[in-house]
Amino acid sequence: MTQKKVAPQVEFIGVSKIYGNGRTVISGLDLTIAKAEFVTFLGPSGCGKSTVLKLISGLTPPSSGTVQVDGMTPTNARETVSYIFQDATLLPWRTVRNNVGLGLELEGVNGGRRRERTASLLDLVGLGEVGDAYPRELSGGMKMRVSIARALATNPRLLLMDEPFAALDEMSRDHLNEELLRLREEQKWTAVFVTHSVAEAVFLSTRIVVLASNPGRIHTVVPIELAFPRTAALRASPEFGMLVLQISRTLREAAQP
Amino acid sequence: MKRRLLPLANAVAVFAALLLLWQSVLWIFPVPSIMLPSPWAVARAVVRRFPALMTSLTITAEEAGGGLIASVLVGLVIALVFAQSRWVRRMLYPYTILLQTVPIVAIAPLILMWVGAGTASVALIAFIISVAPIIANTTQGMVSVDENLVHLFLMHNASSRQLLFKLRLPYAVPSLFVGIRIASGIAVIGAITGELYAGSSSVGEGGLGYSILYASSQLQTDYLFALVLAATVLGFAFFFIVMFLEWYFLHRWHESARTPET
Repeated sequence: MTQKKVAPQVEFIGVSKIYGNGRTVISGLDLTIAKAEFVTFLGPSGCGKSTVLKLISGLTPPSSGTVQVDGMTPTNARETVSYIFQDATLLPWRTVRNNVGLGLELEGVNGGRRRERTASLLDLVGLGEVGDAYPRELSGGMKMRVSIARALATNPRLLLMDEPFAALDEMSRDHLNEELLRLREEQKWTAVFVTHSVAEAVFLSTRIVVLASNPGRIHTVVPIELAFPRTAALRASPEFGMLVLQISRTLREAAQP
Repeated sequence: MKRRLLPLANAVAVFAALLLLWQSVLWIFPVPSIMLPSPWAVARAVVRRFPALMTSLTITAEEAGGGLIASVLVGLVIALVFAQSRWVRRMLYPYTILLQTVPIVAIAPLILMWVGAGTASVALIAFIISVAPIIANTTQGMVSVDENLVHLFLMHNASSRQLLFKLRLPYAVPSLFVGIRIASGIAVIGAITGELYAGSSSVGEGGLGYSILYASSQLQTDYLFALVLAATVLGFAFFFIVMFLEWYFLHRWHESARTPET
């Protein structure tokens, strides 16, 4: 095996974020996320979970410290990054197909290649049948699939997800969690995920970062050493249950003032 | 189908009842027909002077329609400019309110002086009073775009042009139609008001406003009623055309436009 120095996917060096009203949301964040990791930020509300994603995406600049993505500034790295928001954020006037193709269209990918790519993504997330439907005709879970397909269409190396399944019922959520891991298996992107569900975090992640709040900072980092591929059966296993318990306890500690 | 026809049937019933009330007033009180002609006399006036009525109606429809189309085009362009920056908006928005509050009767003589009597100045008046709601509603629609949608576009390195035309503009179409719906009513009123001042460039032919003025001076009250009726029909027609366009453009995707409410 040849040792080659590769830039980490994401690197936080002494990052703090103070908003205009003087509130410190993130304080002294140091963290390195390697390629192909699935890192989940977990924490009480108001701990700056979402701000972490905003910093990685460059939608918010840090107040101090540096954020690097793939060795670049977050804004320059955007081409290789996709963001999945809490709600599906589909354009209601576009069909499912044209929503999935949005990123490609904005990046100037020509019609033929765009159609091809869009069609294959729709099949990949199991929406091949509803390509011509409008978002309002879809269930919440289906909308989220469209959102995922759109994010993956541009072939990202890094996927940022801000509580993407929070609004879904548990069954759709579990199902989409499994789907997400299957897609990751095929496409090998790095993921930074934000959630307040411990079970979801354990199921998906290779590493969980538990944040404490006021100001948001790292409380504990827990590696999750469950083997991939992870399937629905994993949720019933004792190791899984133990991890959920352990992390729930850590989360409670983190929430103590 | 039955459910959709029922409100229509009710509306017709109300109309019939009003006619009956009108006629009964005439039966009970001896009102001279110059003051209040019977519904029958009005109907006769409509039939007898149908060609003249249609000419007036067409003229007013063209003026109001022209003014309204100009409002939509100009309003849309102004809203696109306003959507670009808060700074521009703050600087120029007060003037659109000015546009809305200026009494049209006060500036009509000015316009008449500058543009001359006739269709063009009436359309201009219709435009002036109907453009404000389009600017206001469309701008509002464009700036209230979901923040995450803007972020989504930024993550794909969208240009400001793409943001404007692929996000803000389509996002604002439902609001644009709210504006057009309000403007369509005002444009008709504006055209008729304008005609009272600037209705005709030649003697004897003009839109509804002009003809209303003429009929009242001649004490042709039955025809005056017919003209008022025509003005109402015109207002309705505009409203329904706008409703239809709104439904046509929005029904596939927009929640509110699934079933047109009439």
